[in-house]
Amino acid sequence: MAAPLRVVVAKPGLDGHDRGAKIVARALRDAGHEVIYTGLRRTPEQIVRIVMDEDAQLLGLSSLSGAHAHLFPIICQLLVEAEMGDVVVFGGGIIPTNDRPALYEAGVRAVFGPGTTSTEIVEFIETVTEKTNSGESIGCGAKTDWHWGQ
Amino acid sequence: MKAAFDGSRRGLARALSHIENNQMGSIEPPSNYIPPDKNEWQVLGVTGAPGVGKSCLVDKIIQHWIEQGHKVAILAVDPTSPVTGGALLGDRLRMSNSDGEESVYFRSIATRKHGGSVPGVVAKMLELLIFCGWTKCIVETVGAGQGEIRVAAIADRILLVEAPGRGDGVQAEKAGLIELADLIVVNKSDLDGAQRTADEIRQALQVGATSPPQILLASAATGEGIEEMCVSIDQMVEREGSSRAKLLERVKAVHEQALLDSPQLENILEIVASGTSAEMALQALDKQSQQNTQKE
Ligand code: B12
Ligand SMILES: Nc1nc2c(ncn2[C@@H]2O[C@H](COP(=O)(O)OP(=O)(O)O)[C@@H](O)[C@H]2O)c(=O)[nH]1
Ligand SMILES: [Mg+2]
Repeated sequence: MAAPLRVVVAKPGLDGHDRGAKIVARALRDAGHEVIYTGLRRTPEQIVRIVMDEDAQLLGLSSLSGAHAHLFPIICQLLVEAEMGDVVVFGGGIIPTNDRPALYEAGVRAVFGPGTTSTEIVEFIETVTEKTNSGESIGCGAKTDWHWGQ
Repeated sequence: MKAAFDGSRRGLARALSHIENNQMGSIEPPSNYIPPDKNEWQVLGVTGAPGVGKSCLVDKIIQHWIEQGHKVAILAVDPTSPVTGGALLGDRLRMSNSDGEESVYFRSIATRKHGGSVPGVVAKMLELLIFCGWTKCIVETVGAGQGEIRVAAIADRILLVEAPGRGDGVQAEKAGLIELADLIVVNKSDLDGAQRTADEIRQALQVGATSPPQILLASAATGEGIEEMCVSIDQMVEREGSSRAKLLERVKAVHEQALLDSPQLENILEIVASGTSAEMALQALDKQSQQNTQKE
């Protein structure tokens, strides 16, 4: 049996909304993954350090405060600088459709809004696993146009 | 592995995953390795029922040790769901002070298929961390009754955490762990009943044969008693009689690990399922492993 995936679910910045992040963390656990939840108010640097120390393959970011446009790209960049461009980054929360292209451009591979079902998030993870297993790079540092829901 | 010895955090994290996934044989220390002073101990096991405040107290112990100039590694163990194989690892949540510190390494570990509270691989992970120059290691274990005692297999010292208002008397007493603890802290002293909980433990210990450990009151929330706790941890002596119990747990842990890792495990389970006694099935396994050693 393959080792379970290790996924960090993080709340960057000062945003105090944590219901969504906790629901997503539980959904991923129930899908058989090992989920490390960071808790609220982590800096981009802390998040990158956590992903490194926990040797996670995926990073899920949750933001409802409007800071995603600023924070998500910084985190992707710091990951690449730390030679962790292979980590797959995805996110969710209150993220207007207009803001999404810039996030995809920065290396975020999926954005999920309110009302997203666990099934859809799990489908995304399965797709990521298939792609990674077939040798396709879709980490935050990979040069690819692919993103979820294209 | 080399990267880990050279001080790379990512190298260390990767090597720990290899250990966790059983992809690593025995570990040799690097050539420039200087073993720690014989009088110093490295591994603190922190155990107790869920919710008593282990993670919050660990956060304080980390602060205390990094102020002393230690490099502190934490392995926090949480249970894997036996049904889905997934796990929610939430101990980091309480460690906001240590996130990002260069001299702190924090790793969450799921129990995976290992039944006990401390997966057998943890012993090997600790070995690697110590080889890599982490001078203090803390293992926080899931508070799960009987299995709890397994922490003794890997810890030099054991801190047992209790808390008031849990309504069901002293849990650890049932687990037999109270006999092994080198220090007992009743956390949440800011709440009613902490003193009573401490008294209950004291009474329970009087019945036992070995010399009782120190019992302290503390509150991770208000900071009361935390300094005393840290001082006591540094001065903690191993309890009389507990070292034999620790050795016994160590041997049992290795034995159990060998069984769980055995390629024959599925066969054995099948044999047992078909009606043969578990004892007979295990004898077959023993024979096989003897043959293997002879081949080597
Ligand atoms: C509940 C709530 C609160 C609660 C939060 C409780 C808590 N502990 O979470 C309280 C009352 C504390 C609160 C406070 C505030 N709130 Co409020 N809050 C909401 C509300 C009504 C619902 C959020 C929620 O919990 N939804 C339920 C969860 C399950 O859904 P979700 O988080 O969206 O998550 C889903 C998806 O987005 C996605 N997802 C989310 N994260 C992730 C992560 C990953 C990795 C993945 C894959 C998916 C994913 O999957 C989830 C499941 O479907 C929203 C409005 C709304 N309709 O969203 C406003 C809202 C988010 N709040 C808002 C505001 C402004 C505030 C305050 C600033 C108000 C104030 N002036 O004081 C404060 C700020 C608090 C803080 N420190 O950050 C605004 C944000 C505006 C913006 N972004 O521009 C909103 C949008 C309301 C609005 N329309 O104005 N809030
Ligand atoms: N009142 C009070 N609550 C505490 C104290 N220490 C921890 N807690 C709370 O107890 C809960 C469990 O703490 P945690 O450290 O996660 O417990 P663990 O499961 O034993 O690791 C959290 O909600 C903490 O905020 C304390 O000293 N006093
Ligand atoms: Mg804990």
